[in-house]
Amino acid sequence: MSLLKVERLSKEFGGIHAIEDLTFSVEAGDIHSIIGPNGAGKTTLFNLITGVYTPSSGRVLFQDRVVSGMKPYELAALGMSRTFQNLQIFFNMKAIENVMVGHHLHLDRRFLPSLLRLPTVTRRDRECRDYCAGLLEFVGLAKYLDADAGSMPYGALKRLEIARALAAQPKMLLLDEPAAGLNATESREIDEVIKRVASSGVTVVLVEHDMKMVMGISDHILALDYGRKLAEGTPAEVRANPEVVSAYLGAHG
Amino acid sequence: MNIYTARTGGLAILATIIAVAPLGFSNTYFYDVGVNAMFNAIVCVGLNLLIGYAGQISLGHAGFFALGAYGSGILTTVYGFPPIGALVLSAAVVGLLAFAVGRPILKLKGHYLAMATLGIGIIIHIVLKTEAKITGGPDGMSLDNFKMLGFAIKGDVMWYWVAGIALVGSVWLALNLIDSPVGRALRAVHGSEVGAEVVGVDTSRYKVLVFVVSAVFASVVGSLFAHKNGFITPDIGSFFHSVELVTMVVLGGMASTFGALIGAVILTLLPQVLAAVEQYEAMILGAIMMGTMIFMPKGLLPSLVAVLRRRGGGR
Ligand SMILES: Nc1ncnc2c1ncn2[C@@H]1O[C@H](COP(=O)(O)OP(=O)(O)OP(=O)(O)O)[C@@H](O)[C@H]1O
Ligand SMILES: [Mg+2]
Repeated sequence: MSLLKVERLSKEFGGIHAIEDLTFSVEAGDIHSIIGPNGAGKTTLFNLITGVYTPSSGRVLFQDRVVSGMKPYELAALGMSRTFQNLQIFFNMKAIENVMVGHHLHLDRRFLPSLLRLPTVTRRDRECRDYCAGLLEFVGLAKYLDADAGSMPYGALKRLEIARALAAQPKMLLLDEPAAGLNATESREIDEVIKRVASSGVTVVLVEHDMKMVMGISDHILALDYGRKLAEGTPAEVRANPEVVSAYLGAHG
Repeated sequence: MNIYTARTGGLAILATIIAVAPLGFSNTYFYDVGVNAMFNAIVCVGLNLLIGYAGQISLGHAGFFALGAYGSGILTTVYGFPPIGALVLSAAVVGLLAFAVGRPILKLKGHYLAMATLGIGIIIHIVLKTEAKITGGPDGMSLDNFKMLGFAIKGDVMWYWVAGIALVGSVWLALNLIDSPVGRALRAVHGSEVGAEVVGVDTSRYKVLVFVVSAVFASVVGSLFAHKNGFITPDIGSFFHSVELVTMVVLGGMASTFGALIGAVILTLLPQVLAAVEQYEAMILGAIMMGTMIFMPKGLLPSLVAVLRRRGGGR
Protein backbone atom coordinates (compact mmCIF):
# COMPACT_ATOMS: atom_id res chain seq x y z
CA MET A 1 0.00 0.00 0.00
CA SER A 2 1.24 3.48 -0.80
CA LEU A 3 1.47 5.55 2.34
CA LEU A 4 2.29 8.73 0.47
CA LYS A 5 1.31 9.75 -3.02
CA VAL A 6 2.56 12.86 -4.73
CA GLU A 7 0.58 13.76 -7.84
CA ARG A 8 1.71 16.26 -10.47
CA LEU A 9 3.15 18.46 -7.77
CA SER A 10 4.68 21.82 -8.69
CA LYS A 11 6.14 24.70 -6.74
CA GLU A 12 7.32 27.94 -8.25
CA PHE A 13 9.28 30.69 -6.59
CA GLY A 14 8.95 33.76 -8.78
CA GLY A 15 9.78 31.98 -12.01
CA ILE A 16 12.00 29.27 -10.54
CA HIS A 17 10.41 25.84 -10.83
CA ALA A 18 11.72 24.30 -7.62
CA ILE A 19 9.45 21.30 -8.13
CA GLU A 20 7.87 20.64 -11.49
CA ASP A 21 5.11 18.19 -12.31
CA LEU A 22 6.40 15.55 -9.95
CA THR A 23 4.58 12.26 -9.39
CA PHE A 24 5.74 9.41 -7.21
CA SER A 25 4.65 7.32 -4.28
CA VAL A 26 6.17 5.92 -1.12
CA GLU A 27 5.32 2.42 0.06
CA ALA A 28 4.58 1.84 3.72
CA GLY A 29 7.54 0.39 5.58
CA ASP A 30 10.14 1.39 3.01
CA ILE A 31 13.22 3.50 3.31
CA HIS A 32 12.62 5.78 0.37
CA SER A 33 15.51 8.04 -0.53
CA ILE A 34 15.42 11.20 -2.57
CA ILE A 35 18.66 12.24 -4.17
CA GLY A 36 19.73 14.98 -6.50
CA PRO A 37 22.34 17.71 -6.90
CA ASN A 38 22.24 20.91 -4.84
CA GLY A 39 19.19 22.96 -5.71
CA ALA A 40 17.36 19.97 -7.20
CA GLY A 41 14.33 20.71 -5.04
CA LYS A 42 14.61 18.04 -2.36
CA THR A 43 14.05 20.34 0.60
CA THR A 44 11.27 22.13 -1.24
CA LEU A 45 9.61 18.76 -1.79
CA PHE A 46 9.83 18.04 1.96
CA ASN A 47 8.34 21.42 2.71
CA LEU A 48 5.47 20.70 0.33
CA ILE A 49 4.79 17.27 1.76
CA THR A 50 4.86 18.45 5.38
CA GLY A 51 2.71 21.51 4.83
CA VAL A 52 5.41 24.13 5.36
CA TYR A 53 4.79 25.30 1.78
CA THR A 54 1.57 25.10 -0.21
CA PRO A 55 1.91 23.71 -3.72
CA SER A 56 1.50 25.91 -6.78
CA SER A 57 -0.37 22.99 -8.30
CA GLY A 58 -0.81 19.27 -7.85
CA ARG A 59 -1.56 17.46 -4.64
CA VAL A 60 -0.22 15.24 -1.90
CA LEU A 61 -2.08 12.26 -0.47
CA PHE A 62 -1.20 10.68 2.84
CA GLN A 63 -2.94 7.39 3.60
CA ASP A 64 -5.18 8.09 0.59
CA ARG A 65 -6.31 11.36 2.00
CA VAL A 66 -5.60 14.68 0.28
CA VAL A 67 -3.40 16.61 2.65
CA SER A 68 -2.02 19.46 0.54
CA GLY A 69 -3.09 22.75 2.07
CA MET A 70 -3.10 21.36 5.57
CA LYS A 71 -0.92 22.93 8.27
CA PRO A 72 2.22 21.15 9.47
CA TYR A 73 0.74 20.59 12.94
CA GLU A 74 -2.30 18.93 11.38
CA LEU A 75 -0.07 16.66 9.34
CA ALA A 76 1.88 15.83 12.46
CA ALA A 77 -1.37 14.66 14.02
CA LEU A 78 -1.91 12.41 10.99
CA GLY A 79 1.48 10.82 11.51
CA MET A 80 4.11 12.83 9.64
CA SER A 81 7.21 14.09 11.29
CA ARG A 82 10.47 15.48 10.00
CA THR A 83 13.89 16.93 10.61
CA PHE A 84 15.45 19.93 8.94
CA GLN A 85 18.54 20.41 6.83
CA ASN A 86 19.15 23.74 8.56
CA LEU A 87 18.50 22.83 12.19
CA GLN A 88 15.26 23.94 13.83
CA ILE A 89 16.23 23.21 17.40
CA PHE A 90 14.62 24.91 20.40
CA PHE A 91 17.84 26.48 21.60
CA ASN A 92 16.07 28.01 24.58
CA MET A 93 15.39 24.56 26.05
CA LYS A 94 17.22 21.54 27.33
CA ALA A 95 17.86 18.53 25.11
CA ILE A 96 15.28 16.41 26.92
CA GLU A 97 12.71 19.21 26.68
CA ASN A 98 13.26 19.44 22.94
CA VAL A 99 12.32 15.79 22.68
CA MET A 100 9.39 16.22 25.06
CA VAL A 101 7.94 18.88 22.78
CA GLY A 102 8.09 16.20 20.12
CA HIS A 103 5.72 14.13 22.26
CA HIS A 104 3.28 17.05 22.49
CA LEU A 105 0.41 15.37 20.69
CA HIS A 106 0.42 12.42 23.05
CA LEU A 107 0.20 14.48 26.24
CA ASP A 108 -2.59 16.05 28.23
CA ARG A 109 -2.33 19.58 26.88
CA ARG A 110 -5.45 21.08 28.40
CA PHE A 111 -4.76 24.54 29.76
CA LEU A 112 -6.32 24.45 33.21
CA PRO A 113 -4.88 21.11 34.33
CA SER A 114 -1.46 22.36 33.21
CA LEU A 115 -1.91 25.67 35.03
CA LEU A 116 -2.97 23.92 38.22
CA ARG A 117 -0.42 21.16 37.88
CA LEU A 118 -3.00 18.44 38.36
CA PRO A 119 -1.60 15.00 39.19
CA THR A 120 -2.80 13.56 35.87
CA VAL A 121 -0.63 16.05 34.02
CA THR A 122 2.46 15.57 36.16
CA ARG A 123 2.21 11.80 36.05
CA ARG A 124 2.03 11.69 32.28
CA ASP A 125 4.78 14.28 32.13
CA ARG A 126 7.05 12.04 34.17
CA GLU A 127 6.27 9.11 31.89
CA CYS A 128 6.96 11.36 28.92
CA ARG A 129 10.32 12.36 30.38
CA ASP A 130 11.32 8.71 30.80
CA TYR A 131 10.14 7.86 27.32
CA CYS A 132 12.04 10.78 25.81
CA ALA A 133 15.17 9.92 27.79
CA GLY A 134 14.92 6.52 26.13
CA LEU A 135 14.77 8.16 22.72
CA LEU A 136 17.83 10.27 23.49
CA GLU A 137 19.64 7.09 24.38
CA PHE A 138 18.35 5.48 21.19
CA VAL A 139 19.99 8.18 19.06
CA GLY A 140 23.14 8.09 21.18
CA LEU A 141 22.64 11.26 23.18
CA ALA A 142 22.13 9.85 26.66
CA LYS A 143 24.88 12.02 28.07
CA TYR A 144 23.19 15.22 26.89
CA LEU A 145 19.93 14.55 28.72
CA ASP A 146 19.96 17.70 30.85
CA ALA A 147 22.23 19.76 28.61
CA ASP A 148 21.03 23.07 27.22
CA ALA A 149 20.47 22.55 23.51
CA GLY A 150 22.51 25.71 22.91
CA SER A 151 25.60 24.08 24.35
CA MET A 152 25.52 20.95 22.19
CA PRO A 153 27.77 20.28 19.19
CA TYR A 154 26.38 20.19 15.66
CA GLY A 155 26.44 16.44 15.24
CA ALA A 156 24.51 15.97 18.47
CA LEU A 157 21.89 18.51 17.38
CA LYS A 158 21.26 16.61 14.16
CA ARG A 159 20.49 13.55 16.25
CA LEU A 160 18.45 15.57 18.71
CA GLU A 161 16.13 16.52 15.86
CA ILE A 162 15.70 12.86 14.98
CA ALA A 163 14.83 12.04 18.59
CA ARG A 164 12.33 14.90 18.67
CA ALA A 165 10.72 13.72 15.45
CA LEU A 166 10.53 10.15 16.76
CA ALA A 167 8.87 11.36 19.96
CA ALA A 168 5.89 12.30 17.84
CA GLN A 169 5.58 8.58 17.03
CA PRO A 170 5.11 9.18 13.32
CA LYS A 171 4.00 6.72 10.69
CA MET A 172 6.30 8.46 8.27
CA LEU A 173 9.56 10.14 9.16
CA LEU A 174 11.19 12.57 6.73
CA LEU A 175 14.90 13.16 7.25
CA ASP A 176 16.56 16.05 5.40
CA GLU A 177 20.28 15.33 5.20
CA PRO A 178 20.68 13.76 8.64
CA ALA A 179 24.34 12.94 8.01
CA ALA A 180 25.42 16.30 6.60
CA GLY A 181 28.38 17.69 8.50
CA LEU A 182 28.94 14.52 10.46
CA ASN A 183 32.18 12.57 10.59
CA ALA A 184 32.40 8.97 9.36
CA THR A 185 31.69 7.40 12.76
CA GLU A 186 28.71 9.65 13.40
CA SER A 187 27.39 8.92 9.91
CA ARG A 188 27.54 5.19 10.58
CA GLU A 189 25.64 5.71 13.83
CA ILE A 190 22.93 7.66 12.02
CA ASP A 191 22.80 4.93 9.42
CA GLU A 192 22.19 2.44 12.21
CA VAL A 193 19.51 4.61 13.81
CA ILE A 194 17.63 4.94 10.51
CA LYS A 195 17.70 1.19 9.97
CA ARG A 196 16.35 0.55 13.42
CA VAL A 197 13.61 3.14 12.99
CA ALA A 198 12.58 1.53 9.70
CA SER A 199 12.61 -1.94 11.18
CA SER A 200 10.24 -0.73 13.89
CA GLY A 201 7.69 -0.17 11.11
CA VAL A 202 8.13 3.55 10.49
CA THR A 203 8.31 4.57 6.85
CA VAL A 204 11.41 6.67 6.24
CA VAL A 205 11.82 9.27 3.52
CA LEU A 206 15.46 10.22 3.35
CA VAL A 207 17.25 13.06 1.63
CA GLU A 208 20.97 12.48 1.77
CA HIS A 209 24.08 13.29 -0.24
CA ASP A 210 26.10 10.47 1.31
CA MET A 211 25.74 7.97 -1.55
CA LYS A 212 27.26 5.13 0.37
CA MET A 213 24.59 5.46 3.00
CA VAL A 214 21.79 5.94 0.48
CA MET A 215 22.77 2.97 -1.66
CA GLY A 216 23.23 0.84 1.41
CA ILE A 217 19.95 1.35 3.21
CA SER A 218 17.34 2.39 0.65
CA ASP A 219 14.55 0.16 -0.62
CA HIS A 220 13.70 2.70 -3.26
CA ILE A 221 15.34 5.80 -4.66
CA LEU A 222 13.93 8.84 -6.44
CA ALA A 223 16.46 11.00 -8.26
CA LEU A 224 15.56 14.63 -8.90
CA ASP A 225 17.14 17.29 -11.04
CA TYR A 226 15.83 20.81 -11.53
CA GLY A 227 12.64 19.84 -9.73
CA ARG A 228 11.86 16.99 -12.11
CA LYS A 229 12.03 13.27 -11.77
CA LEU A 230 15.23 12.00 -13.30
CA ALA A 231 15.01 8.35 -12.39
CA GLU A 232 13.36 6.03 -9.96
CA GLY A 233 13.85 2.48 -8.78
CA THR A 234 15.95 0.23 -6.62
CA PRO A 235 19.46 1.40 -5.68
CA ALA A 236 20.94 -0.85 -8.36
CA GLU A 237 18.62 0.52 -11.05
CA VAL A 238 19.23 4.13 -10.14
CA ARG A 239 22.97 3.70 -9.93
CA ALA A 240 22.98 2.19 -13.41
CA ASN A 241 20.87 4.96 -14.90
CA PRO A 242 22.97 7.01 -17.32
CA GLU A 243 20.98 10.21 -16.69
CA VAL A 244 21.66 10.01 -12.99
CA VAL A 245 25.32 9.48 -13.62
CA SER A 246 25.56 12.43 -15.99
CA ALA A 247 23.48 14.73 -13.75
CA TYR A 248 25.79 13.98 -10.89
CA LEU A 249 28.90 14.34 -12.97
CA GLY A 250 27.48 17.50 -14.52
CA ALA A 251 26.62 19.06 -11.19
CA HIS A 252 29.56 17.97 -9.14
CA GLY A 253 32.27 17.55 -11.75
CA MET B 1 13.28 16.03 40.88
CA ASN B 2 15.75 18.84 40.51
CA ILE B 3 13.09 20.98 38.89
CA TYR B 4 10.61 20.10 41.57
CA THR B 5 12.83 21.22 44.42
CA ALA B 6 13.81 24.39 42.57
CA ARG B 7 10.12 25.25 42.23
CA THR B 8 9.08 24.65 45.78
CA GLY B 9 12.33 26.13 47.09
CA GLY B 10 11.82 29.32 45.10
CA LEU B 11 8.22 29.63 46.23
CA ALA B 12 9.19 29.07 49.86
CA ILE B 13 11.90 31.73 49.67
CA LEU B 14 9.48 34.17 48.05
CA ALA B 15 6.83 33.56 50.71
CA THR B 16 9.41 33.96 53.46
CA ILE B 17 10.70 37.25 52.06
CA ILE B 18 7.16 38.60 51.80
CA ALA B 19 6.41 37.48 55.36
CA VAL B 20 9.61 38.82 56.88
CA ALA B 21 10.00 42.09 54.96
CA PRO B 22 7.50 44.02 57.13
CA LEU B 23 9.86 43.59 60.10
CA GLY B 24 11.92 46.31 58.43
CA PHE B 25 8.95 48.57 57.62
CA SER B 26 8.96 51.64 59.84
CA ASN B 27 5.66 53.13 58.62
CA THR B 28 2.69 52.33 56.37
CA TYR B 29 4.38 54.04 53.44
CA PHE B 30 6.67 51.02 53.18
CA TYR B 31 3.64 48.78 52.93
CA ASP B 32 2.26 50.99 50.19
CA VAL B 33 5.45 50.70 48.15
CA GLY B 34 5.54 46.97 48.86
CA VAL B 35 2.03 46.53 47.50
CA ASN B 36 2.89 48.44 44.33
CA ALA B 37 6.03 46.39 43.87
CA MET B 38 4.09 43.14 44.22
CA PHE B 39 1.30 44.30 41.91
CA ASN B 40 3.87 45.16 39.27
CA ALA B 41 5.56 41.83 39.90
CA ILE B 42 2.34 39.92 39.19
CA VAL B 43 1.79 41.78 35.93
CA CYS B 44 5.41 41.07 34.96
CA VAL B 45 5.19 37.38 35.81
CA GLY B 46 2.26 37.21 33.39
CA LEU B 47 3.93 39.40 30.79
CA ASN B 48 7.07 37.31 30.99
CA LEU B 49 5.10 34.26 29.85
CA LEU B 50 4.45 36.18 26.66
CA ILE B 51 7.78 37.97 26.21
CA GLY B 52 10.34 35.76 27.88
CA TYR B 53 8.91 32.32 27.31
CA ALA B 54 6.89 32.53 24.09
CA GLY B 55 9.18 35.16 22.55
CA GLN B 56 6.43 37.59 21.57
CA ILE B 57 6.31 41.27 22.47
CA SER B 58 3.59 43.56 23.76
CA LEU B 59 3.90 47.30 24.13
CA GLY B 60 0.26 47.62 25.12
CA HIS B 61 -0.14 45.70 28.33
CA ALA B 62 -0.76 48.79 30.43
CA GLY B 63 -3.94 49.06 28.37
CA PHE B 64 -5.17 45.69 29.67
CA PHE B 65 -4.18 46.74 33.18
CA ALA B 66 -6.18 49.94 32.80
CA LEU B 67 -9.19 48.10 31.38
CA GLY B 68 -9.22 45.86 34.43
CA ALA B 69 -9.02 48.90 36.69
CA TYR B 70 -11.74 50.83 34.86
CA GLY B 71 -13.87 47.73 34.45
CA SER B 72 -13.89 47.32 38.20
CA GLY B 73 -14.44 51.05 38.72
CA ILE B 74 -17.38 51.29 36.36
CA LEU B 75 -19.03 47.99 37.28
CA THR B 76 -18.88 48.64 41.03
CA THR B 77 -19.77 52.33 41.12
CA VAL B 78 -22.21 52.61 38.21
CA TYR B 79 -23.76 49.14 38.11
CA GLY B 80 -23.40 48.16 41.75
CA PHE B 81 -21.46 44.96 41.08
CA PRO B 82 -19.72 43.33 44.01
CA PRO B 83 -15.94 43.95 43.60
CA ILE B 84 -15.07 40.30 43.07
CA GLY B 85 -17.78 40.02 40.40
CA ALA B 86 -16.47 43.15 38.71
CA LEU B 87 -12.92 41.81 38.81
CA VAL B 88 -13.91 38.51 37.24
CA LEU B 89 -16.16 40.05 34.61
CA SER B 90 -13.51 42.64 33.67
CA ALA B 91 -10.90 39.92 33.37
CA ALA B 92 -13.23 37.88 31.18
CA VAL B 93 -13.90 40.85 28.91
CA VAL B 94 -10.20 41.68 28.70
CA GLY B 95 -9.48 38.03 27.93
CA LEU B 96 -12.03 38.09 25.12
CA LEU B 97 -10.64 41.34 23.78
CA ALA B 98 -7.10 39.95 23.85
CA PHE B 99 -8.37 36.85 22.07
CA ALA B 100 -10.11 38.91 19.39
CA VAL B 101 -7.17 41.20 18.68
CA GLY B 102 -4.57 38.51 19.34
CA ARG B 103 -5.55 36.26 16.44
CA PRO B 104 -4.75 38.77 13.70
CA ILE B 105 -1.85 40.61 15.34
CA LEU B 106 0.09 37.61 16.57
CA LYS B 107 0.55 36.59 12.94
CA LEU B 108 2.90 39.56 12.87
CA LYS B 109 6.47 39.31 13.98
CA GLY B 110 9.11 41.57 15.48
CA HIS B 111 8.62 45.27 14.86
CA TYR B 112 5.19 44.73 13.34
CA LEU B 113 3.87 42.97 16.41
CA ALA B 114 5.40 45.66 18.61
CA MET B 115 3.67 48.39 16.59
CA ALA B 116 0.32 46.59 16.61
CA THR B 117 0.31 46.06 20.37
CA LEU B 118 1.48 49.63 20.82
CA GLY B 119 -1.56 50.69 18.80
CA ILE B 120 -3.91 48.70 21.02
CA GLY B 121 -2.47 50.30 24.13
CA ILE B 122 -2.79 53.77 22.66
CA ILE B 123 -6.39 53.21 21.59
CA ILE B 124 -7.35 52.00 25.06
CA HIS B 125 -5.60 54.97 26.65
CA ILE B 126 -7.38 57.45 24.37
CA VAL B 127 -10.79 55.86 24.89
CA LEU B 128 -10.37 56.03 28.66
CA LYS B 129 -9.37 59.66 28.36
CA THR B 130 -12.11 60.79 26.01
CA GLU B 131 -15.13 58.79 27.16
CA ALA B 132 -15.42 61.14 30.10
CA LYS B 133 -19.09 60.36 30.73
CA ILE B 134 -18.28 56.82 31.80
CA THR B 135 -14.65 57.05 32.85
CA GLY B 136 -14.44 60.55 34.25
CA GLY B 137 -11.92 61.40 31.54
CA PRO B 138 -8.51 62.77 32.47
CA ASP B 139 -9.83 63.64 35.95
CA GLY B 140 -10.10 59.95 36.75
CA MET B 141 -12.65 58.12 38.86
CA SER B 142 -12.99 56.97 42.45
CA LEU B 143 -13.70 53.49 43.77
CA ASP B 144 -14.84 51.98 47.03
CA ASN B 145 -12.98 49.47 49.13
CA PHE B 146 -12.75 45.89 47.99
CA LYS B 147 -15.47 44.15 49.99
CA MET B 148 -16.08 40.45 49.99
CA LEU B 149 -18.33 38.36 52.25
CA GLY B 150 -19.00 41.41 54.41
CA PHE B 151 -15.30 42.02 54.87
CA ALA B 152 -13.45 45.05 53.47
CA ILE B 153 -9.80 45.06 52.45
CA LYS B 154 -8.65 48.40 53.80
CA GLY B 155 -5.37 50.12 54.41
CA ASP B 156 -1.87 49.46 53.20
CA VAL B 157 -1.08 46.74 55.71
CA MET B 158 -4.04 44.57 54.78
CA TRP B 159 -3.41 45.13 51.09
CA TYR B 160 0.17 44.08 51.62
CA TRP B 161 -0.89 40.61 52.70
CA VAL B 162 -3.48 40.32 49.95
CA ALA B 163 -0.90 41.31 47.33
CA GLY B 164 1.61 38.91 48.88
CA ILE B 165 -0.77 35.97 48.63
CA ALA B 166 -1.72 36.96 45.11
CA LEU B 167 1.93 37.16 44.11
CA VAL B 168 2.84 33.76 45.53
CA GLY B 169 -0.24 32.33 43.82
CA SER B 170 0.69 33.91 40.48
CA VAL B 171 4.24 32.66 40.63
CA TRP B 172 2.95 29.21 41.47
CA LEU B 173 0.62 29.26 38.46
CA ALA B 174 3.34 30.57 36.15
CA LEU B 175 5.83 27.93 37.27
CA ASN B 176 3.21 25.23 36.82
CA LEU B 177 2.45 26.37 33.33
CA ILE B 178 6.08 26.68 32.21
CA ASP B 179 6.87 23.16 33.29
CA SER B 180 3.88 21.55 31.56
CA PRO B 181 3.09 20.42 28.03
CA VAL B 182 1.49 23.81 27.40
CA GLY B 183 4.52 25.68 28.70
CA ARG B 184 6.96 23.61 26.67
CA ALA B 185 4.88 24.33 23.57
CA LEU B 186 5.09 28.05 24.37
CA ARG B 187 8.85 27.90 24.73
CA ALA B 188 9.09 25.86 21.54
CA VAL B 189 7.26 28.66 19.71
CA HIS B 190 10.07 30.92 20.85
CA GLY B 191 12.76 28.41 19.86
CA SER B 192 11.53 27.60 16.35
CA GLU B 193 8.00 28.01 15.09
CA VAL B 194 8.40 25.60 12.20
CA GLY B 195 10.18 23.12 14.45
CA ALA B 196 7.24 23.22 16.83
CA GLU B 197 4.64 22.98 14.07
CA VAL B 198 6.04 19.81 12.56
CA VAL B 199 5.69 17.92 15.83
CA GLY B 200 2.09 19.00 16.22
CA VAL B 201 2.16 22.34 18.04
CA ASP B 202 -0.49 24.70 16.73
CA THR B 203 1.75 27.73 17.14
CA SER B 204 -0.83 30.43 16.45
CA ARG B 205 -3.17 28.93 19.02
CA TYR B 206 -0.46 28.97 21.68
CA LYS B 207 0.58 32.51 20.88
CA VAL B 208 -3.00 33.69 21.29
CA LEU B 209 -3.38 31.65 24.47
CA VAL B 210 -0.36 33.20 26.16
CA PHE B 211 -1.38 36.66 24.99
CA VAL B 212 -4.78 36.16 26.61
CA VAL B 213 -3.27 34.76 29.81
CA SER B 214 -0.86 37.66 30.19
CA ALA B 215 -3.65 40.16 29.48
CA VAL B 216 -5.83 38.54 32.15
CA PHE B 217 -2.97 38.75 34.66
CA ALA B 218 -2.71 42.48 33.92
CA SER B 219 -6.46 42.98 34.13
CA VAL B 220 -6.82 41.27 37.50
CA VAL B 221 -3.99 43.32 38.96
CA GLY B 222 -5.54 46.44 37.45
CA SER B 223 -8.78 45.69 39.31
CA LEU B 224 -6.97 45.13 42.61
CA PHE B 225 -4.87 48.24 42.09
CA ALA B 226 -7.97 50.34 41.44
CA HIS B 227 -9.60 49.29 44.70
CA LYS B 228 -6.41 49.62 46.65
CA ASN B 229 -5.71 53.11 45.33
CA GLY B 230 -9.35 54.16 45.52
CA PHE B 231 -8.72 56.44 42.56
CA ILE B 232 -7.59 55.84 38.97
CA THR B 233 -6.71 58.02 35.99
CA PRO B 234 -6.30 57.03 32.32
CA ASP B 235 -2.54 57.37 32.66
CA ILE B 236 -2.29 53.93 34.24
CA GLY B 237 -2.93 52.77 30.67
CA SER B 238 -0.34 55.03 29.10
CA PHE B 239 2.39 53.96 26.71
CA PHE B 240 4.92 54.92 29.34
CA HIS B 241 3.43 52.41 31.77
CA SER B 242 3.57 49.68 29.09
CA VAL B 243 7.22 50.41 28.48
CA GLU B 244 7.85 50.38 32.21
CA LEU B 245 6.37 46.89 32.43
CA VAL B 246 8.46 45.58 29.54
CA THR B 247 11.59 47.14 31.05
CA MET B 248 10.90 45.35 34.33
CA VAL B 249 10.74 42.02 32.52
CA VAL B 250 13.82 42.70 30.41
CA LEU B 251 15.86 43.94 33.37
CA GLY B 252 14.97 41.09 35.67
CA GLY B 253 15.40 38.37 33.11
CA MET B 254 13.38 37.15 30.19
CA ALA B 255 12.28 33.55 30.51
CA SER B 256 12.88 33.66 34.25
CA THR B 257 9.81 33.99 36.44
CA PHE B 258 11.74 35.05 39.51
CA GLY B 259 13.82 37.35 37.32
CA ALA B 260 10.75 39.21 36.09
CA LEU B 261 9.61 39.50 39.68
CA ILE B 262 12.94 40.95 40.78
CA GLY B 263 12.95 43.38 37.85
CA ALA B 264 9.50 44.61 38.88
CA VAL B 265 10.54 45.10 42.48
CA ILE B 266 13.75 46.95 41.57
CA LEU B 267 12.06 49.34 39.17
CA THR B 268 9.25 50.00 41.64
CA LEU B 269 11.67 50.78 44.43
CA LEU B 270 14.06 52.82 42.30
CA PRO B 271 11.97 56.02 42.19
CA GLN B 272 11.58 55.82 45.98
CA VAL B 273 15.31 55.58 46.48
CA LEU B 274 16.06 58.23 43.88
CA ALA B 275 13.27 60.60 44.86
CA ALA B 276 15.51 63.55 44.00
CA VAL B 277 15.72 62.63 40.33
CA GLU B 278 12.02 62.07 39.80
CA GLN B 279 11.87 64.25 36.70
CA TYR B 280 14.45 62.03 35.01
CA GLU B 281 12.50 58.82 35.57
CA ALA B 282 11.85 58.19 31.87
CA MET B 283 15.51 58.78 31.05
CA ILE B 284 16.69 56.43 33.74
CA LEU B 285 14.25 53.80 32.50
CA GLY B 286 15.66 54.19 29.00
CA ALA B 287 19.21 53.93 30.28
CA ILE B 288 18.40 50.80 32.25
CA MET B 289 16.80 49.23 29.20
CA MET B 290 19.80 50.02 27.00
CA GLY B 291 22.30 48.96 29.63
CA THR B 292 20.52 45.67 30.15
CA MET B 293 20.35 44.88 26.45
CA ILE B 294 24.04 45.65 25.97
CA PHE B 295 25.62 44.22 29.10
CA MET B 296 23.30 41.40 30.13
CA PRO B 297 20.78 40.65 27.41
CA LYS B 298 19.49 37.70 29.39
CA GLY B 299 18.59 39.95 32.29
CA LEU B 300 19.74 40.33 35.86
CA LEU B 301 18.82 37.02 37.45
CA PRO B 302 19.88 34.64 34.64
CA SER B 303 23.18 36.54 34.26
CA LEU B 304 23.78 36.37 38.00
CA VAL B 305 23.05 32.65 38.05
CA ALA B 306 25.47 32.11 35.16
CA VAL B 307 28.21 34.00 36.98
CA LEU B 308 27.62 32.04 40.19
CA ARG B 309 27.73 28.76 38.29
CA ARG B 310 31.04 29.67 36.72
CA ARG B 311 32.46 30.71 40.09
CA GLY B 312 31.17 27.50 41.59
CA GLY B 313 33.60 25.60 39.38
CA GLY B 314 31.49 24.77 36.38
CA ARG B 315 28.68 22.29 36.36
N1 LIG C 1 11.71 29.90 -0.08
C1 LIG C 1 12.28 29.96 -1.28
N2 LIG C 1 12.21 31.09 -2.02
C2 LIG C 1 12.77 31.17 -3.22
N3 LIG C 1 13.44 30.16 -3.80
C3 LIG C 1 13.55 29.01 -3.13
C4 LIG C 1 12.99 28.85 -1.84
N4 LIG C 1 13.27 27.59 -1.39
C5 LIG C 1 13.97 27.01 -2.37
N5 LIG C 1 14.14 27.85 -3.40
C6 LIG C 1 14.82 27.52 -4.66
O1 LIG C 1 14.32 26.32 -5.12
C7 LIG C 1 15.35 25.50 -5.66
C8 LIG C 1 15.39 24.18 -4.94
O2 LIG C 1 15.91 24.39 -3.62
P1 LIG C 1 15.95 23.25 -2.52
O3 LIG C 1 16.41 23.87 -1.27
O4 LIG C 1 14.65 22.56 -2.48
O5 LIG C 1 17.09 22.30 -3.09
P2 LIG C 1 17.74 21.02 -2.44
O6 LIG C 1 17.59 19.92 -3.41
O7 LIG C 1 17.24 20.80 -1.07
O8 LIG C 1 19.28 21.46 -2.39
P3 LIG C 1 20.42 21.08 -1.33
O9 LIG C 1 20.95 19.76 -1.73
O10 LIG C 1 21.44 22.16 -1.53
O11 LIG C 1 19.81 21.11 0.00
C9 LIG C 1 16.63 26.30 -5.53
O12 LIG C 1 16.85 26.95 -6.76
C10 LIG C 1 16.31 27.30 -4.47
O13 LIG C 1 17.06 28.48 -4.65
MG1 LIG D 1 18.02 20.77 0.76
